[in-house]
Formats: sequence, structure tokens, C-alpha cells
Amino acid sequence: MIEFMGRMRSEWFGNVRADVLAGLVVALALIPEAIAFSIIAGVDPKIGLYASFSIAVLIAFVGGRPGMISAATAATAVLMVTLVRDHGLQYLLAATVLAGLLQIGAGLLKLGYVMRFVSKSVMTGFVNALAILIFMAQLPELTNVTWLTYVMVAVGLAIIYLVPRLTKAVPSPLICIIVLTAISVVFNFDLRTVGDMGELPSTLPVFMIPQIPLTLETLMIILPYSAAVAVVGLLESLMTATIVDDLTDTKSDKNQECIGQGIANTATGFIGGMAGCAMIGQSIINVKSGGRGRLSTFLAGAFLLFLILVLGDFVRVIPMAALVAIMIMVSIGTFSWSSIRNLTTHPRSSSIVMLATVASVVYTHNLAIGVLVGVLLSGIFFAWKIAQIFRVTSTLSDDGRERTYRVEGQIFFASVDDFTAAFDFKEAIDKVTIDVTHAHIWDISSVQALDMIILKFRREGAEAEVVGMNEASETIVDRLAIHDKPGALERLMGH
Amino acid sequence: MPKIIAFIDGSTYSQSVIDHAAWVATTIGASVDVVHVIGRRETTSMPVSLSGNLEAGAQETLLEELAEHDREKARLSRQRGRLLVDDGVARLLAAGATQAHARLRHGDIVEAVQELEADADLVLIGKRGEAADFAKMHLGSNLERVVRSSRKPVLVASRKFKPIRRFLIAYDGGPSVLKAIDTIANGTLFRGMPCHMVLAGKDTPEARGKVEASANTLRASGYEVEIHIEEGPPEEVIARHAEADHIDLLVMGAYGHSRVRSFIIGSTTSEMIRSVLIPVMLFR
Repeated sequence: MIEFMGRMRSEWFGNVRADVLAGLVVALALIPEAIAFSIIAGVDPKIGLYASFSIAVLIAFVGGRPGMISAATAATAVLMVTLVRDHGLQYLLAATVLAGLLQIGAGLLKLGYVMRFVSKSVMTGFVNALAILIFMAQLPELTNVTWLTYVMVAVGLAIIYLVPRLTKAVPSPLICIIVLTAISVVFNFDLRTVGDMGELPSTLPVFMIPQIPLTLETLMIILPYSAAVAVVGLLESLMTATIVDDLTDTKSDKNQECIGQGIANTATGFIGGMAGCAMIGQSIINVKSGGRGRLSTFLAGAFLLFLILVLGDFVRVIPMAALVAIMIMVSIGTFSWSSIRNLTTHPRSSSIVMLATVASVVYTHNLAIGVLVGVLLSGIFFAWKIAQIFRVTSTLSDDGRERTYRVEGQIFFASVDDFTAAFDFKEAIDKVTIDVTHAHIWDISSVQALDMIILKFRREGAEAEVVGMNEASETIVDRLAIHDKPGALERLMGH
Repeated sequence: MPKIIAFIDGSTYSQSVIDHAAWVATTIGASVDVVHVIGRRETTSMPVSLSGNLEAGAQETLLEELAEHDREKARLSRQRGRLLVDDGVARLLAAGATQAHARLRHGDIVEAVQELEADADLVLIGKRGEAADFAKMHLGSNLERVVRSSRKPVLVASRKFKPIRRFLIAYDGGPSVLKAIDTIANGTLFRGMPCHMVLAGKDTPEARGKVEASANTLRASGYEVEIHIEEGPPEEVIARHAEADHIDLLVMGAYGHSRVRSFIIGSTTSEMIRSVLIPVMLFR
């Protein structure tokens, strides 16, 4: 108990000064993102702003990774576009609640474990696809607009990237917003503003139950969306948690994070916010600004709502061009540029996995599908590589009547063809011995292949015998828990 | 050869821990491991920049910068730790210990105690550590955690070592103190020293009988034992006796109650360690 209180104290108040500053910087950066992601999903900016406030504040208490920022995100927003278009906001809120419940379930089942099947290449693909999605979401703001918009976006980008060269004490995205808003107000430019995009929050969020018919039909409508949101949310959150772990050289509780994301989303649905998850870009900004503790996440959310409520009138006149510039920055910062360089040096299979992940996300706008494709491909590539680790050597007896085949290596569904091809059935001999003592027989395919080989030799009139079958077939391991049994691994590796 | 582990952290208590270790080592002929635990490295939380923007490759750049910050700090604390343990070993050998080894570890002190104490007979630690706040009479925050997690007797060193001539056993009848009495009766560390056995409580024939029985265990091993039974809060009674009878070391059972209970009503053990100014040997 004292241990727990001590940990909580250090996670909350171990780094107060830097956390407060970082929280403020992050809150300022969250505002444009929350608005932009609401627009992606096709809802009023207030839905995303409420969500960002509530998710950030709640995850500060229930999350498993102090210092990570969670809020409304692009990854989850793109999944909900069709739901909002076809069924409306209330279904979005219900889907958010359900997604949260699914995430809590995943956390309780300790599914964070499954993350180990997501390889580095898939993660890189995920991050790149996310960056591309964020960028593509800005395109509607950049098509069929006047040249003025392009100039404003260019000026915005120049401010964002050049101001930090002069001073690192002030967030440059904030300066971008202030300058562009001032220009557009002073010259009375005819530009689209945040106010044109829909309603902004004017009060604190209130509790409400989504207005949907509680029927099986409703469930069938929202379930696919909720499941996708739950999966993508957890993937991005766990991935971001790993990034923050690496940056701060500390550990996080991944299952707690799953449950925390679930609680945050469930509660957020009930106060009229859309589903979200951890944000890679914002979490990096937080760490860069010195944020390490739960306090920084909490304050990011709290400042966000405070700023919106106090500065609502100002936020309304911010030109969309300023937000577009900031989102382009986020997209550039999220993209893993080194992965392009690595295309030439990394093994081709991992590059293909990465590119396939990106391509399927860009095509479907669903990061979950991209990850699925990536994981399947990496599995296939891995099996293909392992399938090459086997060898069949043979010796002919002095009198030329007997041949002994010695099989070593991994025999499973992907290698049985090569395995079968390694035997010479044309050779007319009296006796064949197949020694499989040092082979790893992983599945039924390989057992059947072996049976077929023996049968073929018999048909040629040779007497066929298998040696060491018992040892080899012990390697058909179906239970993951073999390491619990003493000596199991030694037995397995001994072949 | 018995073995003791002395934990030092560079605070004013380190000198005293080494002196206590030298006393034990020369008295019972033990080998000493001098251990410094380099605490969990606080990664830097210096804002790298408040610019709030993300340039291309932001993650890689940030990781490099933070790693660079930490590298320097880690190198320094390792050098400092090395100096501390080497110095401790040198002083132990100079004081007549036959075997002393320097060990440096990363991580949490409780983990280090658990990993190292298996083949040790005694754990030595300072009453307060580097981080403790003197003004508030706080005990080192690690002390209770170490004592609670350790399975071996723990000797808590006072601020300054004084030669040990008389010792006091705080008798509460619990299993821990009985174990302490057994260990002392069979050991050589306190051989020949007069012993005071103090019970804070009502002087009933039953209580006295128990104390006498324990005293006789010690007497049978040649100790000279004086018994005091006095009513009052244990920490006050013991502290008073310790002072009046010029006691040099206090032996007691430790943390008999659960963490939750001591969180609410406070722990007698911590109270006692705080109120006496002499080293305390704790048995669990």
C-alpha cells in the first residue's frame, strides 16, 4: 500500500515544473488536432475537443504509461467516417462506448501479449500509413480553394519550422496560429475558419446516454466500427507506449494501458466525445518538452478545455489554413523518414511487409486491416525462411544395396515439398533407412510426407525403415507451455 | 567464514556503516561485501525544447539527445560509486578485516538486498540515507523497505560508530526477539558483554517468568544478564534505559505488524529506531 502510494506520488508529482510546462505546450498542440480530427470524422469540433479533454484527463489516472498523451486521434477518426455519414452522431457515441468496453475486455484478457506478433516492419508501416492518412485528411482543405490558402499554409509551415531556430521557449505552432489569425482578421481575408466547421464547446461536457435504439440491429451496425476502433486504438496506444518507454528509458504496464484506454473511451462516449487513443506525435512533443509524469497528461487535457472555454471566440476565427499547416507538420513528424532510406538496406521481405501495410491502409483507410496484412505477411515470410533450414544427406553402403538418408532441420508444411524432393526414388536399392533423429517435425503435414516417402520406396520394391521417429515427433509441440516441463527445451534442441 | 553485506550510499552514514562492518568482521572473523547500489537512474526531464513542433525524424533525434544526457549522468554516478566502495574496502582492510570485496549494482536497493543476502549472515545499512531529511527526524525511506524484505538480521548503523561494550535486548516476547536471543546465545559477536533485557509492560509474575526464561538461555551461554520491567510506551522506556545504562547497541524484533496497520497507527519499530541514538540490530 505504501509502495503503491509512493509510486503514485512519484508518477504524479515527481516532475511538477517540467510537467506543467509540457502540459501547456501539449494542450496548445492538441487544440488544432482535436478540431482537425473531428472534421475528419465528420462531426462538430466540439466532439473531438470534449473527447481530447476527457481522454487525456482520464488516462492520466487509469493509464499504464505515465507521460503518454492520449486524445482524439486520426487513426480512430478515419474509421468512423462512414458510421457518422450513414447513421449520425449518436451511433458514433454508442460505438465509442462499445469500443471502450471491448478494450477493457482485451486488457482483462491480457491481450497486450498479442503485440509481440506485430513486427518492427509492421509498426513502421503503421506509423507511415498514419502519417499519410493525416496528410490525406488535409487534402479537402487544399482542393478547390483560392491561391490565398496556399500562401497562408506556406507561411504557417515556414513559421512552424523556422521559429524554433530563433527561440525554443515558445511553441511555434501557437505562433503560427496567432500570426495567421491576425493576418486573416486584419486583412479581412475570405478564408474558411474553424467556426465554419461546426459547433465549438461553450460549456463543460455533461453526462448523457447516446440516443440509440437498444436493439440487436443497432449492435450489428456499431460492432464492426467499435471492434476496428478498439483494435486500432490499442495498437497505436501500445506502440506509442513502447516509443515513450524507449525515449524515457522506463517501463510501462501494457495491460493496465489497455484497460485504461477502455475506461477512457467508455466514459468519453457518455459525455459526448468520440473515441481516441494514444498519439505518437503528441507524446513525442510531451517528452521533448520535459513531460514525464501523469500530471503532464492530466494538465494537457485540463488546459485544453480551459483554453477552449475561455478563448472560444478567438478559436472560431482561426483560419483553417493554420490548422492545415500544423497537421502537415504532424504528418511529417510522424512519418518514419529513415524507413525510406532503409528500403535499400533492410531485407526485402521486411520492406515488403512495411510497404504492404502502408498500401492496404491507404487503400482501406483502416489501420487494423493494414496491421493484419502486415502480420500475416511477416508470418508467411518467416515460415518461408525457416523452411530453408533443413538438410538431407545420404550415404550408400559399401555393397551398394542400402542407402541411409539423414534428415536434419525444420520439417513443416512449408518445407515438405523440398523434403519429399530430396529423396531419390529412381535408385534401385534393397533397403532404405531414413534417420529423422535430428529433424524437427512440427506438424501433421510433415508426418504425412514421411509416410508417403516410405510408401513410395516400398512401391519401388525397397524395404524402408524410419529411425528416430519418436525423438523427432516429440517436436510436434502444440502446447505453448513446454518450457514448464523440466528438460523439455533440451530435449527439443537436442535433435 | 560468515559473511556480512554492508550497504553504503555516500551519505554521512557510510563512514559509520564501514566502522560497524569492521567491528563485526574483526570480532567474528567475517568477510565483508561492500555494496553501493546506483539507484534507478532518473532519466533527464530537462525540456529539450518547448517549441512544440515535430521536425522530420523527431523521434530518432529526441532519442539520441535524451540518451546523450543520460549517458553522462550514468557515467558520473558509476565513477562515484566505484570510488565509494573501493574506499570502503580499503578502510575495512586497514581496520583489520581479512576479506572485503567491493560490489557495485544498478537498480533498487531492496532488489539488491534480496539478490545478495542469500549467502550472507548479516545485512548492514545506515539509519538514514542520502535523500533523507534530517530536520524532520525521518528515517531513511529505504530502511523500512530493506528490513521488511530481508530474511537476515539487519544491523542499522547509527550516525557515528562507538565501540560496543553493552547491549540491550528490547524484550516483547514475540518470535522475532526469541530468535534474536537464540542467535546471540549461539554467536560470538556479543560474547563477554553485559546484557540488559528490558520489557516495557506490566510487571506480572507471568511476564517476569518469560523474561527470566529467556535471560537464562543467555546466562547458560555465559552472558551476564540484567532484567528491567517497566510500564510505559516501549520506545520511551527503551530509550530511557539505553541512555541511563550507557547501552551501545539495541537488539529487537522488527516489524511484527502488517504494512497497512503500521501505515495507519505507525510502527513501533520505526519509532524505536528513531528514538535511540545507538545502532540497532533487527531480527524478523
